[in-house]
Amino acid sequence: MTATAMSVPGAPARTRFFADSAVLTGRSLRHILRSPDTIITTAIMPVAFMLLFVFVLGGAIDAGSDSYVRYQLPGILLITVASGISYTAYRLFLDMQSGIFERFQSMPIARSSVLWAHVLTSLVANLVSLVIVVGVALLIGFRSGAGVLAWLAVAGIMVLFTLALTWLAVIPGLTAKSVEGASAFSYPLIFLPLVSSAFVPTDSMPGPVRWFAEVQPVTPIVNTLRALLEERPVGGDIWIALAWVLGILVASILGTTAAYRRRIA
Amino acid sequence: MNAAPAVPAIRVADIRKSFQDLEVLRGVDLEVARGSVFALLGSNGAGKTTLIRILSTLLRADGGTAEIDGHDVATDSAEVRAAISLTGQFAAVDGQLSGRENLVLIARLRHQRDPGAIADALLARFDLTEAAGRKVATYSGGMRRRLDIAMSLIGSPSVVFLDEPTTGLDPQSRLEVWATVRGLADGGTTVLLTTQTLDEAEHLADRIAILHEGRILVEGALDELQRVLPVAEPVHVAQQPSLEDVFLALVGDQRSSKETAA
Repeated sequence: MTATAMSVPGAPARTRFFADSAVLTGRSLRHILRSPDTIITTAIMPVAFMLLFVFVLGGAIDAGSDSYVRYQLPGILLITVASGISYTAYRLFLDMQSGIFERFQSMPIARSSVLWAHVLTSLVANLVSLVIVVGVALLIGFRSGAGVLAWLAVAGIMVLFTLALTWLAVIPGLTAKSVEGASAFSYPLIFLPLVSSAFVPTDSMPGPVRWFAEVQPVTPIVNTLRALLEERPVGGDIWIALAWVLGILVASILGTTAAYRRRIA
Repeated sequence: MNAAPAVPAIRVADIRKSFQDLEVLRGVDLEVARGSVFALLGSNGAGKTTLIRILSTLLRADGGTAEIDGHDVATDSAEVRAAISLTGQFAAVDGQLSGRENLVLIARLRHQRDPGAIADALLARFDLTEAAGRKVATYSGGMRRRLDIAMSLIGSPSVVFLDEPTTGLDPQSRLEVWATVRGLADGGTTVLLTTQTLDEAEHLADRIAILHEGRILVEGALDELQRVLPVAEPVHVAQQPSLEDVFLALVGDQRSSKETAA
């Protein structure tokens, strides 16, 4: 066959990892471009939440902030990512089902690049959804005087948060037995911001709920994002937020490795 | 081929694998000579797919050793993956991409120099040129299988595993797959295929092994296997056309009618 003469002799492992990841990321980005509804539906739910909170509930909420649109935006951004990552689990599950995951795993490629491609695709798709949500927020009156550095910090936290939750989504993608199982794990994640400081101040909540709201990871992340958007000092919250996000990231990667090993063993 | 000619393409020694309490492979031994077609025959649950998954480095055996071109599947898995290609039980193609995009994807992952040219050559060889730009989700079962096999040939693997390559195919597609397998063997590729149908093994394979309840019951060329049973008494029967002959005569053996039906 003609192919023999054309094969490139073994490239070093590292360049192969980047090359393979790029090829496979291109593949799943093409999937998204061919069904852009996945990005739009990802953005619709958080936008609906935002409209609900700002125009229906917001008038009755005393958040002690001069702009409720700005007050609730961080929580909406987290909900956007929590709903967006379920598509990663879904797409990975389909790859497992169709056998193409095993085809890739039996080829001379960097094996982890198959998972990294899904993770990078999730990052791109979620960033597009986040831009859409922020765009709608601007339309309904969101304004912030935050500088470039503060916005970069917001973007950095959102990227880390997306990476952490996407690796979490990879686990059900690898292990689920049905499509429903692959995406159902994200429902509690979407729910978490509702029991946090995202939409109402936690000191309005009764004891045990308030305790839960204050110890769970969404509250420090929201407080950090809100402080950045409101041009206030972030204080100690940013370290608690980063510890949570990095902790979830590391735990999820370990969980993914274990789930992957169990399939191969 | 860089390995010495004496090294068999596939060597399996005492491979064992259990899932929880279920012993799927109980000590399988076999050797497949370079450039031959070897059929692994067995009913559902005999352990055929498990053995293929171990040989293609997708599953680790509990015991025993397996080598492809002299490379151990457990310790030299990267070399093994460079030498093999797997066509699994279900056509592992990307339904969202076109046929050509599927081939280009695999060619790029195999670091081929001109993925587009490789894709076009394979599309022509497997009679998929007309459907090349269409989403694979719209392909018929036979077309998906042809594309699947075409994807497996990119990079000229020296050993090809075909796990039940004709299951679920109509008779014409099955004959096409058979012709492809013979073509591979003529080109020097070693083929290990699994099948549940006896005539498939009979038509294609140089050697046949019967895998039953996790063990190889018997292994040899067709005439050797036939000697297992006493010589049949000659019986005179009028030669009737088989249902397959009738079917193929009636629907015609051209592919063009099937392509448009998809």
